Amino acid sequence: MENKAYPHIGETLYSETLPNGLRLRVIPKKGFRSRYAVFAANYGGAHRRFTVDGRTVDTPAGVAHFLEHKMFDLPNGDTAVDVLTANGADPNAFTSEGITCFYFQCTERFEENLRLLLHFVSTPWFTEETVQKEQGIIGQEIRMGEDSPGSAVYYNLLRQLYASHPIRDRVVGTVESIAQITAQTLYDCHKVFYAPCNMCLCVEGDVDPEEIARIAREELSQESGSVPTADFGEPEAPLPLERIHRQQMDISAPQFLIGAKIRPADGGEPALRQRLISSLALRLLVGASSDFYNKLYAEGLLNRDFDAEIEYVAGAGTLLIGGESSDPEGVLRALEDELSRVERDGLDPVRFDRAKRASLGARLRGLEDFENVCIALVEGLFDGYCALDATELLQSVTRQECEAFLRQELRPERLALSIIEPRRT
Amino acid sequence: MELTRSEILPGVWLNHLRSEKFKTACLSLSLLTQLKRETAAMNALIPYVLRRGTARFPDMEALSARMEELYGTAVEPAVRKIGEIQCLGFYASIPEGEFLPGGQNVLHDAAELLGQLLLAPATRGGLLLPQYVDSEKEKLLDRIRSRVNYKSSYALSRCVEEMCCCEDFAVSRLGGEDECEAINYKKLTKQYHTLLQQSPVEIFYCGRAAEKELRAALRDALITLPRGEIDYEIGTDLRMNALEDRPRFVEEELDVNQGNLVIGWRLGDCMEDPDQAAILVFNAVYGGGTSSKLFRNVRERLQLCYHAGSLADTHKGLLLVSSGIAFDKLEPARDEIFAQLEAMRRGEITEEELSAARAGVASDLRAMTDSQGELEGFLLAQTLDGLEYGPLELAALAEDVTKEDVVRIARSVDCDLIYFLKGGKPEDEDGE
Repeated sequence: MENKAYPHIGETLYSETLPNGLRLRVIPKKGFRSRYAVFAANYGGAHRRFTVDGRTVDTPAGVAHFLEHKMFDLPNGDTAVDVLTANGADPNAFTSEGITCFYFQCTERFEENLRLLLHFVSTPWFTEETVQKEQGIIGQEIRMGEDSPGSAVYYNLLRQLYASHPIRDRVVGTVESIAQITAQTLYDCHKVFYAPCNMCLCVEGDVDPEEIARIAREELSQESGSVPTADFGEPEAPLPLERIHRQQMDISAPQFLIGAKIRPADGGEPALRQRLISSLALRLLVGASSDFYNKLYAEGLLNRDFDAEIEYVAGAGTLLIGGESSDPEGVLRALEDELSRVERDGLDPVRFDRAKRASLGARLRGLEDFENVCIALVEGLFDGYCALDATELLQSVTRQECEAFLRQELRPERLALSIIEPRRT
Repeated sequence: MELTRSEILPGVWLNHLRSEKFKTACLSLSLLTQLKRETAAMNALIPYVLRRGTARFPDMEALSARMEELYGTAVEPAVRKIGEIQCLGFYASIPEGEFLPGGQNVLHDAAELLGQLLLAPATRGGLLLPQYVDSEKEKLLDRIRSRVNYKSSYALSRCVEEMCCCEDFAVSRLGGEDECEAINYKKLTKQYHTLLQQSPVEIFYCGRAAEKELRAALRDALITLPRGEIDYEIGTDLRMNALEDRPRFVEEELDVNQGNLVIGWRLGDCMEDPDQAAILVFNAVYGGGTSSKLFRNVRERLQLCYHAGSLADTHKGLLLVSSGIAFDKLEPARDEIFAQLEAMRRGEITEEELSAARAGVASDLRAMTDSQGELEGFLLAQTLDGLEYGPLELAALAEDVTKEDVVRIARSVDCDLIYFLKGGKPEDEDGE
């Protein structure tokens, strides 16, 4: 295996691409008891229409998530969760718009658990009966999502922003869309998206990288499969479809999310660089030490539940700035004013240096969490960069790049506002 | 893992855990006080008001700028309740010098900032600034009211509130709405001084600094702490049995699509001399995770819910089961939850269930040594419960828990209250 040292963060990364196309990354950590592994497919809720071997296929909303749930069934009637849990591991899985991840953390019998993980994720076993049963369970999950103001404010915003990109639909789908799923749908999608060449395996903990590679070679199919291409629809226009959207729910105070479409850079290092530039720019624009945040906090328009990020997923970039406020439209106006001010005056050099320092500290903190590190590696692999390069690359990000990002991507007219209001009684 | 504990100032205890594993150090400071309805909101408000500004960094912008200079050192308010003890203070995360340009050590500056936040707030005429108090009071009120936004945790807290209606434990860690409304800056300043004088203080550190270095930094930072008679008489009242002969039933309506059923028990007589390891393993068998009886039966076999799980509070002696269900599934879900407990009382626990539960509990405890935040919370709670062992010792004890131990806990629990949150109020509308 190749290895690369990252001395400034005290880590070493081992890498290999197996003959079947599986990308493997291992970060050995001496002195830790937990070991973590994630086996991930470049397949999420947004991969609904795709082309593979010259054939274009359309699938209903919610298949990736449904498939994730059903992968845990083993042909002998057990579930992989039970087997892993019985072994002292803590297994779980999630499906986002862009990826599906199966993972576990454990302190004992790691190799055995890793074999199980690789085995169950690459062994499809579905029957019409188990599919029907799952339709009921996921139906409950969909209803639970409908009661969540956080989920409502988010999906309303995506529908304000995107005309056709599939991220505008819930990853879990709807009761109607999942009713169309059959065992055959699941077999077909598993074959296409869970091929080793469309997956990666990332491990962190006190492990021997060569041993991990050996286990992966032994457990997985030698066949590579074909890499599918997803069709996320027509390119989206820069402006939102609907500027302000409101919904009422039983909540105590208005929740809001301000968003905008961001043009994502091409994969590889430009993609990582764009992530670093945009997150630093956002910290300067609306972060804890910004004029914007402190003024609105002191005026009572914002509280500590306030967060800003840019989500890059399934070929789309989305600005998300949100929290609770008695006057979300006031927050939107203040943000527009702040963007105009930055457009005119640029960013302050002293603040820029401070923000970069803070960003370094935040990245060090992020490295403490194996799950966080491994999922970042997965996302990077599917986007063509290495997430561990971030800390070093951050040092080369300039103030001018951050200013250019804000001026080009966050124009006031591009912003949309989604509000969940307390129900009037 | 070597934990040392020493009193560095009167009633100020430093728990020092040296570790070279992490890239950031953690430093927390908690004032301990009895959880009471009258003072809980005031106490909860104090760290948030202090975090608004100090004499040297008079507003949040200046404080944030200082923390950014210290490479993103984060010092944030922390308010918890452990049993009936309210713990309030700050939790700091500090990058280790080894990973900073030029190997700069920011620990001393961070400890100094923590000391200033606690002891040298921005004041006028010796009083906390009214504009900070009023503004944070509004935000605390919003936070107290916001619990309704998260339906499953709302249902849990409502169950505890009803179940412990005659006990201080019913008060949330943030206090009550009415008591919060009544706060003004003069009362709050008085309470702040009382806390500084009387509260035992627990400090937890995990990182690369030696104890001597840290002790010196903290003594400098906290030297002006005014101490009076320290109140060591704080503690948790345990109630062993249910309030009434039969479980009470409380139903509430909100505009929800999914029902939330929460059932509360007293852990009962086993709390006379609580066997923490046995309670953890009991909980894991019953509803602690995906291999538990509740998950397998209520969710997987009968498909009555999306989630079903239990949690055991060993500080107050409670067992809570929470389940998200369709509105018309109250009875079958409730019956199955009780049936699974009855089965455990009869000793119907397979070797697989028991060994999965033991392994899961032990593994979680061992993994805790890899997370500073979890270690901090665990060790603070152990200190308050007067227990001297750490997660590794408890993991070893969990591995020795027998079926009889688990059955004993199952037989000890006493159902007190059933709470159901259902839909219905008001008319459905989609808000479009």
